[in-house]
Amino acid sequence: MSLADQSVSPSARPLVKLSNIRKSFGSVEVLKGVDMAVQEGQVVAMIGRSGSGKSTLLRSINGLERIDDGVIEVDGECVDPSQIDLRALRLKVGMVFQQFNLFPHLTAGENVMLALKVVKKQDKAACRAAAEAALSKVGLGHKFDAYPSQLSGGQQQRVAIARSLAMAPKVLLCDEITSALDPELVNEVLSVVRQLAEEGMTLLLVTHEMRFAREVCDSLVFMHGGRIIEHGPPAELFDRPQTPELAQFVGMVEAR
Amino acid sequence: MYNFTLWDILSNLLLAARWTVLLSAIAFVCGGIAGVLVLLARVAPLRPLQTAMKLYIELFQGTPLLMQLFIVFFALPLTGIETSPWTAAAVALTLFTSAYLAEIWRGCVEAVPRGQWEASASLAMSYGEQMRYVVLPQALRIAVPPTVGFSVQVVKGTAVTSIIGFVEVTKAGTMITNATFQPFLVYGLVGLIYFALCYPLSLSAKALERKLNVAR
Ligand SMILES: Nc1ncnc2c1ncn2[C@@H]1O[C@H](COP(=O)(O)OP(=O)(O)O)[C@@H](O)[C@H]1O
Ligand SMILES: [Mg+2]
Repeated sequence: MSLADQSVSPSARPLVKLSNIRKSFGSVEVLKGVDMAVQEGQVVAMIGRSGSGKSTLLRSINGLERIDDGVIEVDGECVDPSQIDLRALRLKVGMVFQQFNLFPHLTAGENVMLALKVVKKQDKAACRAAAEAALSKVGLGHKFDAYPSQLSGGQQQRVAIARSLAMAPKVLLCDEITSALDPELVNEVLSVVRQLAEEGMTLLLVTHEMRFAREVCDSLVFMHGGRIIEHGPPAELFDRPQTPELAQFVGMVEAR
Repeated sequence: MYNFTLWDILSNLLLAARWTVLLSAIAFVCGGIAGVLVLLARVAPLRPLQTAMKLYIELFQGTPLLMQLFIVFFALPLTGIETSPWTAAAVALTLFTSAYLAEIWRGCVEAVPRGQWEASASLAMSYGEQMRYVVLPQALRIAVPPTVGFSVQVVKGTAVTSIIGFVEVTKAGTMITNATFQPFLVYGLVGLIYFALCYPLSLSAKALERKLNVAR
């Protein structure tokens, strides 16, 4: 249980702080005032039914969705919707997607190197070294020259993780990153995430892997209807849900 | 009366066909370059620019090439710009080609999945960097077959320039017919020349399409 004592001193300033985030698509309000804080080194999982706004919330943290109201603070940098410096924000926030989204015309190594080269302006040797390190970290050092189409889903997702990690983000967002995988490929991706968690990476993940959430996460957030209606340590939420919505969700997921 | 041999007719047509080829090449290359600019403006995240380019494209797609040619040839001189049949033909075909190619390529850019934009955005890439390194390389692959296919339209489009007196293969055909009174033979040969120019292009467009489908 080494993970449990990764708890952060309460005085620490949160790495990610969301205040009163609101977002509508047309006339439908999808996020109805969400507050949340993630401490440095914390691993937080978001759970909730499909359509409860998890992806929208996650995507707003790196500016893929523009919020209508509220404040997002990452690493002390305040970003409100009107004066958002997306480039600065995105250098601090990495994201991994359900559908991998690797660049199909580039090899695994080139996928990892691209942003190092064009965004961080690192020289060739530095890019190559960083990409090799990142790919080795996810166990794919030997696939440097493989194209995404030559890799399994699990391998592609690990390359996607390596691609984000190579940019050295402060926090990594993962949106259901195992949901598009065949069951037998889920674990290779989860174990990479677990390893990142153990190394102290700050992670915010949307997941349906409840066992993983229970074992690896410091904190759990339950979203329902565009709000966070419960949050706390995983064991507490799973074993003593306070709301009927969470009780029902836990029952539903565990029945599967 | 002088008797035209088949070779006389054919050699004159082939000489004129050089201008068809040259005009096609100029229209295709210049139209391609202009088309890239129109495309970039058409998909840029700037509303007014998008609208302007949409209008430009629809203008050229929604009017006959012949009208475009007349406007360039007859209307430009009214504004004080001298135009020879050569320049008028080249300018009109270039504009026409740029509009069509921009629209073809826009489809290719939009066929690149949204996830590619999102992933590259998440890596802090700017719009220009996303376009250059992620989207255009992928769009280019799917753009090759329809682009080569469209070159056939350009070659055939050069025929209308005969109306303003530009002597390409169709105009040469008309002139030779007037001298030989053998329209069937002459225009038959003209048709064969167009076919010989266009058929390899459409064949290669199809082959490229097959090849790219397999590669994916
Ligand atoms: N781009 C969009 N346009 C319109 N509605 C959207 C869009 N994205 C998400 N939604 C809606 O917002 C709600 C929340 O979606 P999402 O954040 O994806 O939920 P979750 O990830 O929890 O399943 C859903 O009702 C969804 O239909
Ligand atoms: Mg989702």
